[in-house]
Amino acid sequence: MKTGDLVSCTIGGKMLEAVYITERDERAVLKLSSGYNIGVPISEVRHIRDGEERKGFEPPVVQDSKLPELAIISTGGTIASRVDYRTGAVTSRSTADEIISAIPRLATIGRFRTRQPFSILSENMKPSMWIELARCIYDEIQAGARGVIVTHGTDTMAYSASAISFMLDTPVPIIFVGSQRSADRPSSDNVMNALCSAAVASANLGEVAICMHGTVNDDYCAVHRATRVRKMHTSRRDAFQSIGTEPIGRITYPDLEISLQADAIGRGDQVLTLRDAMEEKCALISYYPGMDPAILDAYASCRGLVIAGTGLGHVGTVLMERIRELVCNGTTIVMTTQCLQGRVCDRVYDTGRDLLRAGVIEGEDMLPETALVKLMWVLGQTDETGEIRRLMQENLKGEIIRRSVYGL
Amino acid sequence: MDYKVLGLTAGIEIHQQLDTAEKLYCRCPTILRNIDERNGEIRRYLRATVSEMGGIDRAAEEEMKQMRFFSYYAYDTTCLVENDDEPPTPMNPEALQITLTIAKMLLMTPISQVHTMRKMVIDGSNTTGFQRTALVAMNGIAGGDCAIESICLEEEAAQRVTDKTFSLDRLGIPLVEITTAPCMHTPEEVKEIAEYIGMILRSTRKVKRGLGTIRQDVNISIRDGARVEIKGVQELDLIPEVVSREVERQVSLLAIREELRSRSAEVPRGKIDVTDLFSSTKSKVLKKAPCIMAATLKGFAGIVGREIQPGRRLGSEMSDYAKKCGVGGLFHTDELPAYGVTEEEVAALRERMLADDGDCVIIVSGTEEQASCAIRQALKRAGMALEGIPEETRKMLPEGCSAYMRPLPGAARMYPETDVLPVEITEEMMDAIKLPELLTDVAARFTEELGIDGALARHIAYSDRLPTFEKAIAAGIKPALAARTLISTLRELSRDGVDCGRVPDEMLILLLVRVNKGEVAKEALPDILRALAGGASLEEAILSVGPTFSVKDLECLIEEIVTERAEFIRDRGMAALGPVMGVVMKEVRGRIDGQIVADILKRSIEKVI
Repeated sequence: MKTGDLVSCTIGGKMLEAVYITERDERAVLKLSSGYNIGVPISEVRHIRDGEERKGFEPPVVQDSKLPELAIISTGGTIASRVDYRTGAVTSRSTADEIISAIPRLATIGRFRTRQPFSILSENMKPSMWIELARCIYDEIQAGARGVIVTHGTDTMAYSASAISFMLDTPVPIIFVGSQRSADRPSSDNVMNALCSAAVASANLGEVAICMHGTVNDDYCAVHRATRVRKMHTSRRDAFQSIGTEPIGRITYPDLEISLQADAIGRGDQVLTLRDAMEEKCALISYYPGMDPAILDAYASCRGLVIAGTGLGHVGTVLMERIRELVCNGTTIVMTTQCLQGRVCDRVYDTGRDLLRAGVIEGEDMLPETALVKLMWVLGQTDETGEIRRLMQENLKGEIIRRSVYGL
Repeated sequence: MDYKVLGLTAGIEIHQQLDTAEKLYCRCPTILRNIDERNGEIRRYLRATVSEMGGIDRAAEEEMKQMRFFSYYAYDTTCLVENDDEPPTPMNPEALQITLTIAKMLLMTPISQVHTMRKMVIDGSNTTGFQRTALVAMNGIAGGDCAIESICLEEEAAQRVTDKTFSLDRLGIPLVEITTAPCMHTPEEVKEIAEYIGMILRSTRKVKRGLGTIRQDVNISIRDGARVEIKGVQELDLIPEVVSREVERQVSLLAIREELRSRSAEVPRGKIDVTDLFSSTKSKVLKKAPCIMAATLKGFAGIVGREIQPGRRLGSEMSDYAKKCGVGGLFHTDELPAYGVTEEEVAALRERMLADDGDCVIIVSGTEEQASCAIRQALKRAGMALEGIPEETRKMLPEGCSAYMRPLPGAARMYPETDVLPVEITEEMMDAIKLPELLTDVAARFTEELGIDGALARHIAYSDRLPTFEKAIAAGIKPALAARTLISTLRELSRDGVDCGRVPDEMLILLLVRVNKGEVAKEALPDILRALAGGASLEEAILSVGPTFSVKDLECLIEEIVTERAEFIRDRGMAALGPVMGVVMKEVRGRIDGQIVADILKRSIEKVI
C-alpha cells in the first residue's frame, strides 16, 4: 500500500473507507473522510484501489521586472518545511521557489532568483558548507543581486551568518532569515520574517545580518549584526537577541518601514571580496567546576581552541598545565566568557594572569560562538602567531565592541 | 409542522470541558480568569496554509478575506504553549482516561493508535491557527437506539473578549466532542438525546460544570434542504426551538427559490459605484463611507425583505455574507427608505441602477476594497437563493435563530500535529476502566436508601452539589436537611442574587453538622449562607444571625410569655397556640429550631389550660 490509496477497515463492527497515509509503529495510519488520522493494526486494513496522483497546489510565480533583483539562497530549516509522512516529523524539504509561492507578497518587494546549494537541518551544518554558501552568495552578488536572503534553520543560523560575515566583504545586504514556529502553521513567523528580510535586503545596508521577530508580537523584525547575535530561547519567536549592543535596525510589520542605526554599514561602502579559507580544526569548549584536564587531550590536534571560561575568563588551575602544553604545541587558545554579557579580563586574578602567561588570547567581549568562527577564519588566513593574535583582538566585522557602554 | 413529512434529520455534536488538573497539551491549570487579572498581551496575524493533501480549505479561505490582527490576553496561569511560542507537551493522560471512560459507557470501540491532528481554525480563537484534536473511539450507542459516531478529545479554544481580542485562560482546557449519527427526526428527540449524553458525561464526575462548559452543535437538514450546522447551543431547553426555527428557515428558503424561479429572477455579476448619490445623505452609515457600491437583483423585489425566521430575512443572510469583508451589513430597497435614507435617494438609486418595480437594489458601504468584496459576497448569497439552501456553519442567536458563520468545512482542514506523538490504546487499558454509576442510578439509590422523593433525588443527582450532598450524608446529616439546604435553599439564594458557588463544600458540611446537632437553627441557614457567600468565616456567619437560644433560655422565655397571656390562653384553649407561637418566634426566629419552640410552647400551654 502507498500513500493516497483507498483502503477499508472495520471499527466497532462497522466498515470504514479511508485513505492510507503511512505505516507507523506497526500500525497503518489512515485518514478518514472526517479528516482525522487513526492508527489501526495493519492486518485489519484491506486495499480497495490505488490512489490518484495529486498535483501540489502551486500558483505560478509572477515577477515584476522593475523591482530590484534579490537572490534567495535556501539551505533548509523551518522557513520552508513540510510534513514527513514516514516519521510524522516536520523536516525541511521545500525549494526556494516554493517560498515565493507560499509568500506571494514577496513579489511586490523584489524580483527573485533562487538557489539551493543544499537542504539540511541546521544542526547538520558544517564549516565546509559555510564556504560553499559564501561562494554561492559571492556569485549571486557578482551576477547583480541587489541583496541576498539566506533562509536557514535557526539552531546554527548565528554561526553561519558570522562565518559569512568574516569570509565576505559585501557591498549589498546579506540577510539570514528563518522561523521559530513551523511554516505549516497559520501562526508561523515565517511570512513576517521573510517579508521583513526582503525589505532589508533591498535597503541601504552593506553587511551580513539576521532578520527575525523583534518581540513575540507580529509587530516588527529586528536586524541583528551577524557577529553579535545569539539564539537565546529554544522556541520563542523573538529568540534572536543582539548581545551587548542594540540591533542595527528594525522593520515594522505589515507596513515594512525600515529604520537603520547610524553605525550600520551602508550599501556600497565595501568592495565585494571573498576570502573563503577556513581552518576546520578548531573547537569550542565550556569550562565547568571539576572539569577533567584529560578532556583537553582530545583537543591536542586542534589548531585553535576557544574556551568559554567562567566570569572574567577563567578555568580551574588544574587545567593550566595542559593549556601551556597546547599553546607550546601551536594551538591558538582564545578565552571568552560563559556570562555572554561583558568583557574578558585576565589581568584581575592570578588565574587570569597565569592564562595570559601561558599564551592564551583574551577574546574581549566576543561571543564564544563568534570567537570560534572567527578563529577558524583567522587560522585560514595566516599561520603567523603575532598576526593571529592581532586579528583575534581586532574588531573586523563588529564582533568586538571596544567600549562597554552602559545601558545595553 | 409535520417533521416526518418534511423529512427532518438531525444529529448533534456535544462539546464538554473536562475537569482535569492540567490542560490537554501543556501543564497549566484549567481555571478561568477574570480579564482584569491578565499580565500580558500578545498580537498576531493568522493566515491559511496548504494542507497535506494540497489545497486551502474553503472555510479557512473564507476567513482569509480579511487579513486579521488578533490580540491575546495572557495570565500567570497560561504559558508559552498557549502563546504558540513553545511545542505542546504529550497528551494529558488524565484527559485521555476520562475520554476512554465515556467511550466505554457509550459502548464505543477505541482507536488502537490515537493521532493528534491540527484542525484549521483561523478565526483567531487558537493562537496556532489550528485546534489540536484526536479521534479516540468510534461507533457506540446512546439511549438504546441513537448511534454515536465518534468521540474526540480536543483542546478548548480561547475565549473571545471582543471582536479581535481573545483570552488565553480557556485555550487548551480538555474538551470531548461526541458526535451522534443523524438519527433524530423531531426537535424533542434531539433534546432527549442531548440530555441523555449530558447525563452520561456528568456521571463520570470528571467534567466541568456551569455555563459555557457544555455546548451543543446541531446538524439539521430537511428533504430537499441542505445540511446546516448550528454552533454554540448552550441551553438544552433551547434545542427544540433551534431545530424548529432552522426547519422553518429551510422551508422558507425553498419556497423563495420556487418563487424566484417562477419570476425568472437573476443575479448580476457586476456592481456600480453609487457613492456620489449619497454625497449629502442623512444616513449616518452612508455619510461616513468612502465608497458605496450597489447591485440590482432582477426579480427579487419583496423577497430580500421576506422573513425566513422570526426577525430574520433573506437580506439578513446576504448581510451575514457581506460582513465577512469587514462592512457593517447591507441595505436593500425592500426596507428603504429607512435608516436616514430618503425616498428621493431611493428613487435616484433605482434610476441609476435601472431597477424596475420587480427588482431589489442592494447597497453596501466601506472602503473601496471592502465594498467591492461585500457586494461580491452578497451577490454570491443571492445566487444561492436561486439554487436552494447553502451548506453552512451557522451560529445560534439568543432566541434560537441563527446567522451565517462560514461554509461547512471539508476534510482538508486537518493535518497531523507532528509535535505530539501518537498514543496506543490497549485492551488492558480499556479493561481496567471502572464504569462510574450513572446519575439515573444514583437518583434511584437515593430514593431507595435515603427515602428521598423521586423528583428531588433526581434533582440532587443532576445538581452541581451532588458531591457535597454525598459528603453530607457520609457526615451523618439527615438526608432531608442536606437535600433541602443544598438544593432548595441555595437555589432560592441564587435567585436573590447570592452566589454560594465559592463557599467550599467543607464549610457547608460543617454548618449542616451544627444544624444536625441542634446548635444552629435551620431557619437561620439562609442568613448564614448569605454571610458565607459574602466572605464571612463560619463562626462569623453563625454569630451574625444572633447568638443561638438554648432550650433552657427558651423555656424561660416561653414561661414568661405564657404567664403574661394566661387569660387569653385560658379563653382560647389550644387555639391560642398559633398566635402565641407568633409572639415567641418574633423573639427567637433563626436562633432555635421552630419545631423545638412549638413542642415546648405546646407543653407550656397545656399546663395553663
